[in-house]
Amino acid sequence: MTEHDRNAAAYWSANLRLIIGSLIVWALVSYGFGILLRPMLAGISVGGTDLGFWFAQQGSILTFIGLIFFYAWRMNKLDKEFGLHEE
Amino acid sequence: MSQFAINLIFVGGSFALYIAIAIWARAGSTKEFYVAGGGVHPVMNGMATAADWMSAASFISMAGLIAAGGYANSTYLMGWTGGYVLLAMLLAPYLRKFGKFTVPEFIGDRFYSKNARFVAVACLIIASVTYVIGQMTGAGVAFSRFLEVESDTGLMIAGVIVFLYAVMGGMKGITYTQVAQYVVLIIAYTIPAVFISLQLTGNFLPPLGLFADHVESGIPLLQKLDMVVRDLGFVDYTADVTNKLNMVLFTLSLMIGTAGLPHVIIRFFTVPKVSDARWSAGWALVFIALLYLTAPAVASMARLNLLNTIYPAGPTADAIQYAERPDWIKNWEQTGLIKFDDKNADGRIQLYNDTAAFKATADARGWNGNELTVNNDILVLANPEIANLPGWVIGLIAAGGLAAALSTAAGLLLAISSAVSHDLIKGSINPQISEKGELLAARISMAVAIVVATWLGMNPPGFAAQVVALAFGIAAASIFPALMMGIFSKRVNNKGAIAGMLAGLLSTVVYIFLFLGWFFIPGTATFANTPDNWLFGISPLSFGAVGAMINFIVAFAVSSVTEAPPVRIQQLVESVRYPKGAGAATDH
Repeated sequence: MTEHDRNAAAYWSANLRLIIGSLIVWALVSYGFGILLRPMLAGISVGGTDLGFWFAQQGSILTFIGLIFFYAWRMNKLDKEFGLHEE
Repeated sequence: MSQFAINLIFVGGSFALYIAIAIWARAGSTKEFYVAGGGVHPVMNGMATAADWMSAASFISMAGLIAAGGYANSTYLMGWTGGYVLLAMLLAPYLRKFGKFTVPEFIGDRFYSKNARFVAVACLIIASVTYVIGQMTGAGVAFSRFLEVESDTGLMIAGVIVFLYAVMGGMKGITYTQVAQYVVLIIAYTIPAVFISLQLTGNFLPPLGLFADHVESGIPLLQKLDMVVRDLGFVDYTADVTNKLNMVLFTLSLMIGTAGLPHVIIRFFTVPKVSDARWSAGWALVFIALLYLTAPAVASMARLNLLNTIYPAGPTADAIQYAERPDWIKNWEQTGLIKFDDKNADGRIQLYNDTAAFKATADARGWNGNELTVNNDILVLANPEIANLPGWVIGLIAAGGLAAALSTAAGLLLAISSAVSHDLIKGSINPQISEKGELLAARISMAVAIVVATWLGMNPPGFAAQVVALAFGIAAASIFPALMMGIFSKRVNNKGAIAGMLAGLLSTVVYIFLFLGWFFIPGTATFANTPDNWLFGISPLSFGAVGAMINFIVAFAVSSVTEAPPVRIQQLVESVRYPKGAGAATDH
């Protein structure tokens, strides 16, 4: 394995770690808080209903936006750190 | 000025703008026709993607679905936005790096197989054509209600407008028109919502109004709505659902399907760099969220407004006299989307949930069945009238609904025509075709696609409502997994990918046909479409996610017992993973 290959492999595993982390949050806010864990959040009231309802109708969408911008920012930085960015 | 004249000014004005863009943004090369030259700014592409994605279903139908289903239909909100996270992290940047013009082209190159490319073209065309029918019928509804023309005449006008900018400008014309259409549709959607939110909650931001107090009663809006619907025998608006497996799978199917829809993916081929593709996905979701955060507010507020109109003195008092019904009910009765049937002949409009559990209450009140049927689709379009908003807001809604339908139709038509001219003609039938010849072929296939779409809009197959399930099912079960494995696995080979796509496609289509009728022919369903008959309680609409899993499993299983892909393919996978060396989109 050349130096170049090792660098590329490290970049790719950093990307995979970032994706897995982001997708855990993605699943937690929608499938978790918004659907499956809603009964557990029933005690936390938000404007006439509960936190699970808020995540299902607003919270998950806001989190998705945050996740994509975070991912784009981190990856565009990683591109440069590993010298793999476009000219 | 009459309402008709106002509507005409708004719709005519927006159409004049689209035509002006068509003349200004003509395509001179295949690169301009397929990917708008590849130099679209990421924020602008985000806006165009938002219009491309938000269809008649998002603009016209979604709030109505949420109003009718309450919390249970939050699936649409999460499902149709969560797909962008998948797109941004799993597909868009790598496909941009690959740098070609179409989705089937990537599948054909990566799985070094013309057959794989054909399967992808077939999936793309079935998914996109079924999707385009919904856009054309949505445009027909808007025309017939607001411009008092026959729906067919309206569809032909719409067809000519799309023809002008899509055939002349290709992706370049479509991109700039979609930006204009986004502006029109988002203004049209949010302005009535702001007015209604102010009326009901005193908060001018609808997403905050949704969780604020109802001005009239002083209790939270959602609590008030729960009380009103309960008095009429409906399930609480915020009630939890019991079949959570189905809710999860339905949401997942919508997310994977969104990420796998070719007309959305190709929008990311138009930005200059890989890093721009990532940013652009974020901007797309920001622009989409402006509508998607407003929609649940519109849904709950419109439902409350509707019930208040029918029961002016509250749900436990007498309903309104039919003779005294407001004008908007009369207007929509003419379209057949609101129907009244005075079952107990008391001259009043009883709207309630006619179920066995509520029968005792209904009997005690002298009710003889629900008397008003309201089509979910009219909710957004009738919203300004229900809330007594000024005439120009109604004109705006008409222009907005048409912008949503036409922008999505144009994106779908481009995906179809590029699959025909680039994947079938250039890729297979006549690889020697000149640049000029291919551009002409692209324009002709676009023209044919528009004629077919307009015809299908005029003669919608009886299954128009079900086909959206088919489009998402196919995108989720065939296209998304193939693209993802092509990027994230070096081991999946041509045989595995084809077997996986076919297994995912067939299992999903068969499961849908079992419950909704074979080829959607009425009366041919093998099982009644009821939750008791569904396998593990999974509805046919939710099966796309299962089909995707079948695709992954079959593809990996077949690949593991057959040979690894050649070294040049493994190098191709390497090259799409690293942004360095990405050029502009090319055709060779």
